[in-house]
Amino acid sequence: MREPLTGWTLGAPATALVALILIAPVGATIADISGGASPFALYQAFFASGFRRTVLWRTVGIATITSAIALVVGFFTALAVSRAPRRWRSVLIVMAVFALLTGVVVRSFAWLIILGRNGILNGFLQWAGITDAPLAMLYTQGAVIVAMVYLFVPLMILTLVGVLEGIPEDLIRAAASLGPSPAATFRQVIFPLAVPGLIVGRSSCPPDPSPPVPPAAAGGERQMVMGTFLHQQAMVRLDWPAASTTAAIAVAVTIAVVLAMTRLARRLNPAAT
Amino acid sequence: MQMRLPPALIVFTVLVYLFLMGPLVIVIGASLSDTSYSTFPPKGLTLRWFERIFEMAAFRRTIVTSLQIAVLAIGVALVIGIPATDALNRYRIHLPGWLSALYVQPVLVPEIVMGFSLLRSVAVGMDWPIWPPPLAGHTLIELHSCIRVVSASPVSFDFAIEEAAISLGAPPVRTFFTVVLPNIRAGVIAAFILAFITSVNGVSVSLFLTGPGVSTLPIQILACVEQFFDPVIASVAVRLCCTNLVAVGGPLSPDGPILRPL
Repeated sequence: MREPLTGWTLGAPATALVALILIAPVGATIADISGGASPFALYQAFFASGFRRTVLWRTVGIATITSAIALVVGFFTALAVSRAPRRWRSVLIVMAVFALLTGVVVRSFAWLIILGRNGILNGFLQWAGITDAPLAMLYTQGAVIVAMVYLFVPLMILTLVGVLEGIPEDLIRAAASLGPSPAATFRQVIFPLAVPGLIVGRSSCPPDPSPPVPPAAAGGERQMVMGTFLHQQAMVRLDWPAASTTAAIAVAVTIAVVLAMTRLARRLNPAAT
Repeated sequence: MQMRLPPALIVFTVLVYLFLMGPLVIVIGASLSDTSYSTFPPKGLTLRWFERIFEMAAFRRTIVTSLQIAVLAIGVALVIGIPATDALNRYRIHLPGWLSALYVQPVLVPEIVMGFSLLRSVAVGMDWPIWPPPLAGHTLIELHSCIRVVSASPVSFDFAIEEAAISLGAPPVRTFFTVVLPNIRAGVIAAFILAFITSVNGVSVSLFLTGPGVSTLPIQILACVEQFFDPVIASVAVRLCCTNLVAVGGPLSPDGPILRPL
């Protein structure tokens, strides 16, 4: 009979930490509507502002495009890695881990050197005679997407290699022995078997839709997203009630994404969740 | 037997890996350049930017702060995370389902929101001194990785041996240290590494909680990126990268403490 109590006691410090350091402060942020006349005034102000709506849609847009690209790139790369000869597989996995372990700041900084006005890419394009003058590549939406894809691809490869390695070799061999093209084997056998794991893998480590660093580095002030906008409101303009509204909307977006993923995973593979 | 990979897929994979590794090679190259701006390929080779790191007080100080916060936060996270993992594994049927969901909450809240909320409620609201808020924020994030990684390791752990120890009269604390801990050691070390890297490289939470007096290395790098473009930043970046490698490389090598017992 003292078992449930032991369980609670062992978990108590962790529970307390999450409650005090996460739930309470974030709850207070979301509940902060002190800056407006009515409870929803700040939200109305948010959605009434064309600039803020742009920031929100840009965030959602960039997150969607980034996830889609990272997913496709990661999937095919993981497929090749999981079916590569053993020795190569280890090398490729270690390289992906290495890329993942290089911090966000370092990996975003690299794109400044590459995409800058006097960067490598502009230097190359001019050397090759493709362009005459340096192109403005930094501080565009494309730059933010490239920097974020770069951030997510290693994670995607590592998650999906696990999923794809779980597909029994026998099944693929059996399918191949029936003589279809590799594309047909892929479409009819590998892909359907990988989908549930793919979504579960994706929902178990959802990307933060508003990481501030790649947009701050590669997008600057011109490509503001929720993360950078929140930082600007809170730390530059010191408008905390408005920043709280932005924060609450960012949380809502994240939760919506995670719930959608989980639901999709459950529908496709009831056993997995 | 291996499935034959279509050549197109091999070419694609090679391109993806070039995309992954290229920028890292470029940062390393830029850090060695003997010019006053970051460039690649490096013009002339020099290590003077690496020496500059230690001449710049801001970097020296933030490197120390980053390491201190990382080690302290992980220590706390492991001390409270391991019992929580134990509770989740052993008493799952007695505990409500939302409890384990609670521990993964940090995933549902963007880190930047967490950082801002801690600033609002704790750092300013409760007027805490400058040190504890970043520490608390980091501990929370590390707690999440600790619980996730450590709880993956007792999957192969047979709880019968723990019960055997208890039935032989070992007190719970001693059982934990002599029976449970050695068996989940690999998970604990893996959690430490993962948490260390997350912490040393973490930006979003620190962004709000660092100020005059306390700053972490990634924040310092970010601040410098906005101000100047000289190779010293590339060399700090390389140095941070090496710290990560050392943290991981040692224990993950085939003879390291993680893979050896497997």
